[in-house]
Amino acid sequence: MLVEALVVSALLFVIGTFGVLVRRNAIIMFLCIELQLNAANLSFVALSRHLGIDGQIFVFFVMTVAAAEAAVGLAIIISIFRHYQTVNVDNFNLLKW
Amino acid sequence: MAELLFYVFAAVAVGGALGVVFQKNPVGSLLFMVISLGSVAALFVLLEAHFLAAIQVIVYAGAIMVLFLFVIMLLNLGHDYQADLRTGFWSVLAFVAVGTVAGLLARQFRGAAESPIYQHFPGPEALDALIAEQGVVGVIARPLFTDYVVAFELTGLLLLVALVGAVVIAKKRV
Repeated sequence: MLVEALVVSALLFVIGTFGVLVRRNAIIMFLCIELQLNAANLSFVALSRHLGIDGQIFVFFVMTVAAAEAAVGLAIIISIFRHYQTVNVDNFNLLKW
Repeated sequence: MAELLFYVFAAVAVGGALGVVFQKNPVGSLLFMVISLGSVAALFVLLEAHFLAAIQVIVYAGAIMVLFLFVIMLLNLGHDYQADLRTGFWSVLAFVAVGTVAGLLARQFRGAAESPIYQHFPGPEALDALIAEQGVVGVIARPLFTDYVVAFELTGLLLLVALVGAVVIAKKRV
């Protein structure tokens, strides 16, 4: 089941990458980043079955960091929305050359 | 039976992920994400990581997704039905990037199960014996509070910093 789980993890990661690159809604882009983190977690768990329990502990830490990141990131999105009245990333062009 | 369940949940997880990317409505996107996270939790169970499956459902599919839903409702984005997929140069770039990543990952899988790296490690039987001896929570708790205790305490500090940071950033006037 190891190779199958790694393939599923790779598919989820690739779909998440695609989502980050093609969507313009900041919240959906953020959601796709969570999808990538989750794909990495799946491959950690699949490998920890063969290589020892440490992989599962890493997944525990990744989940904590993901929760902290979601809280701060969504606060930033709320703050940006107050300023521009939109979450479409094409409108945030202050640093665009 | 386990194999069949594995393929079913894997298909649901990938389908949910595709739904996240291609759903126009943000709330629909979020609900697809919950489906995908739940299926990955089921895959965790099939891979004998029961504690992480519970955490995945409670923290990820529960708390974090509710936070996202709350922000979507707060900003009143539930009525956004126009497509916001990029076209032209960006979509070509996305396909090239995704194809490269997929190709690199696919190269790694050729003969992954027979790779010599697994000869030096305990393997699934050793982990199953450890779980039978210490229980599904004990097997994680023991290293977490001995070998990884510094990282564990730092995680608490990180959560405190994130809490204060989120309050300060989302406040109206600093």
